Amino acid sequence: MATAYDIAIKQEQSEKDGIAPVIAVENLRKTFGSHMVLNGISLSVNRGETLAVLGRSGTGKSVLLRIIIGLETPDSGSVCIHGQNIVGLAIDRMGEIRKKMGFLFQHAALYDSLTVAENVAFPLVHHRKEMSRSERGERVNQLLAEVGMKGDFGKMPSDISGGMQKRVGLARALALEPEILLLDEPTAGLDPISSGEIDDLILKLQRERKMASVVVTHDLHSAKTIANRLALLDQGNVVIEGTFEDLQQSNIGFVEDFLKLS
Amino acid sequence: MSNSGSIAVPAINPPHSGRRTELLSTAANSAAGLVEGFFEWFGNLGIFFWQVLRAAVTPPYEWRELIRQLDEVGSKSFPVVVMAGSAIGVIISLEARYSLSRFGAKSMFPATLVYSVIQVMGPIITGLVVSGRVGAGIGAELASMKVTEQIDAIEASAINPYRLLAATRILACILMLPLLTLVSDACGLLMGWFAQTLVEPLSFHQFIQDGFKGATFNTFLPQTFKTAVYGLIIGLIASFQGMRTRGGAEGVGRAATNSVVLASLFVILADVVLVKFILVVFP
Ligand SMILES: Nc1ncnc2c1ncn2[C@@H]1O[C@H](COP(=O)(O)OP(=O)(O)OP(=O)(O)O)[C@@H](O)[C@H]1O
Ligand SMILES: [Mg+2]
Repeated sequence: MATAYDIAIKQEQSEKDGIAPVIAVENLRKTFGSHMVLNGISLSVNRGETLAVLGRSGTGKSVLLRIIIGLETPDSGSVCIHGQNIVGLAIDRMGEIRKKMGFLFQHAALYDSLTVAENVAFPLVHHRKEMSRSERGERVNQLLAEVGMKGDFGKMPSDISGGMQKRVGLARALALEPEILLLDEPTAGLDPISSGEIDDLILKLQRERKMASVVVTHDLHSAKTIANRLALLDQGNVVIEGTFEDLQQSNIGFVEDFLKLS
Repeated sequence: MSNSGSIAVPAINPPHSGRRTELLSTAANSAAGLVEGFFEWFGNLGIFFWQVLRAAVTPPYEWRELIRQLDEVGSKSFPVVVMAGSAIGVIISLEARYSLSRFGAKSMFPATLVYSVIQVMGPIITGLVVSGRVGAGIGAELASMKVTEQIDAIEASAINPYRLLAATRILACILMLPLLTLVSDACGLLMGWFAQTLVEPLSFHQFIQDGFKGATFNTFLPQTFKTAVYGLIIGLIASFQGMRTRGGAEGVGRAATNSVVLASLFVILADVVLVKFILVVFP
């Protein structure tokens, strides 16, 4: 008889072999009141792969990410993380899965009563209790350096710009060395240089740690750089999914318009 | 809370009786909506309480946050409780002197003051003052964290916000309320005695001795410790209102106001029940 442990081991092996996806979203539907946002979305992301999610403002990209990390429950459909369906999971069980996930909110969502450094240290304080204070400080410095925010560790979130908040949010998302990274517009509001640095960081993490990432973005250039595959959402559906070249060769009107105008 | 109190405007003036039934049905509808809203609110509060309880009794325990919240509740409320307690002491002292001397029972003054302050006014005044101070504080803090997605961020970091935010605040309120009540009682007695000595010198020692004559622990302890229930009510309602907030800055203001109004209301209602309960259990 196959125990849960056996199944987990098998899943892990298949993930390493690139057969089983790390994130598998199946037929997701979500409405708010009478407003249909997602109407049967299916997507999957493998280990070491980055999926870019594109789409017009208000199509439900953020809602999709929030469903994947369990902050929002879908009306129907399933979200499997490492083969386990997380829909309707109790909060502490979900917590075990979330420890492996890093999430960057669209508006950063930094804790406004904590400094920049304390924000980044927050997940470490709670989940790496064995770390000494100095080890933690070192790790925080290293994370802030990676996002180019080394000099600002003592500042309050209200005293830094939106783009800087975004980068601190990214550092916080990376604190626990997640296997899954969910980023909601990581380069929005950044200048081309900073945004190139963030792209490089995402690429580096993908290469070194074989993370599975979903990146919501409006920045086609950045999507082209970091993503293996792109998915274009419109009116609750995936209009097209594939490589950047697939999108370029598509003759669907919406896709052509989207690429032309971006 | 849903509010289905829309008033239909008839096209032609209906006969008098028709308008009356329409008004009645509108009133009945909005009353039904109100009742439904209340039950929905109460049900959600129950679910919230259950979530918090389950989170609170399982590890990891958030000791650091609890200590921070104890300090927060205590230091925020202390000055207000001191002032309110003192004022109540003076008011009771003035009233008691006047009424007692009318009935020629001036010797009863110390006991009247002691009993009024410790059994009746101290607990309820502390409950209401803390509802205002701490209830609004918790409601607004959690609401602003909610609308800026900070609570979601805590959850996304694999931390249970019911455990980290709600349980610690509620427990801090439960633990601090009896202590704050003792502070309020002490200030009330001191200032009540002081107001009396200005008119009619009376040694504090004598006052305390007369006041507590024949009193047992049963007279005062249940009345002081029942305020732990007020603490539960204040912490629970404020956390609940804060964490369910929607809708930007306006929502934050609404959450703070609702926290105070509902917490005060339920503290008073709980007092009615608790007074009766204590009279039955500790005769
Ligand atoms: N909690 C909610 N309650 C009601 N409606 C919501 C809620 N969250 C999102 N929506 C609605 O869902 C739709 C999709 O929102 P979402 O934030 O996912 O858009 P988006 O694709 O991320 O847009 P943008 O690119 O502007 O960030 C919007 O129309 C929004 O009004
Ligand atoms: Mg969005």
